[in-house]
Amino acid sequence: MPSPGTLKITTPSDREVAMTRVFDAPRHLVFEAYTRPELLKRWLGVHGGWSMVVCEIDLRVGGAYRYVWRGPDGSEMGMGGVYREIVPPERIVTTEKFDQSWYPGTAVGTLVLVEHGGRTTLTLTVQYESREARDAVLASPMEQGVAAGFDALAGVLASMGRAA
Amino acid sequence: MELTSYGPRSDGSLDATFAALADPTRRAILARLAAGEASVTELAEPFAMSQPAISKHLKVLERAGLVSRGRDAQRRPRRLEARPLALATEWLDGYRRHWEGSFQHLDAVLGELKARESRRGRRKP
Repeated sequence: MPSPGTLKITTPSDREVAMTRVFDAPRHLVFEAYTRPELLKRWLGVHGGWSMVVCEIDLRVGGAYRYVWRGPDGSEMGMGGVYREIVPPERIVTTEKFDQSWYPGTAVGTLVLVEHGGRTTLTLTVQYESREARDAVLASPMEQGVAAGFDALAGVLASMGRAA
Repeated sequence: MELTSYGPRSDGSLDATFAALADPTRRAILARLAAGEASVTELAEPFAMSQPAISKHLKVLERAGLVSRGRDAQRRPRRLEARPLALATEWLDGYRRHWEGSFQHLDAVLGELKARESRRGRRKP
């Protein structure tokens, strides 16, 4: 299992992006932090001066969720969708769409939580309607967070910098 | 870096880049080539692998455009092609930062939840 803190991003198919991250906590707590508004508001997209000003969750199959963030310059970004599957504390499937969407169609996000020895491996796979939509998402300049040491890509680039 | 050149792409080259980077040996080969060009023999040295095995990895890297062959016909040195790597990194950067920032905050929230739970004597809700 990878160590906690390392975020891995892969493209399992031409319409998907998958993220894997290990957390040093049992999965029922991760599930809680993902589904309770007062907790979610404290971590999802709230960095670089952004805060979550709306966080509504109707946690049942067919229920809706809605998030709105406000940036340091006062601009707002909203998104929402519907819960398709809820299996506490291991799996959530939702649709997702941004208000001012810069990519076509609705995406489907699948969150899977697997616990080993008190640690939880989180995998979030988002499937877009097309490769073009996925690529648009990955290329978008989202707000800048704190860039921590990442992965082999960064390592290779660092050694390229030394060689240059 | 030409930012204009990495917008929505549908040629699949980024997929080839990511597939090539998915293997630790191939990443190590790239790191070695970052220090300068090298022959297959030189590349095979630090790894407990045969030259054919290294050649196989090199083929994947070449197909992804990450490695090219030098002009010396005898040594056939391989060298790093930095551009696809830089494009892939640039492409993922915004997405990665968004989620890294979020997950760092989630770490803190989970730390608090764990502490709260242990205070309650590890009862689950």
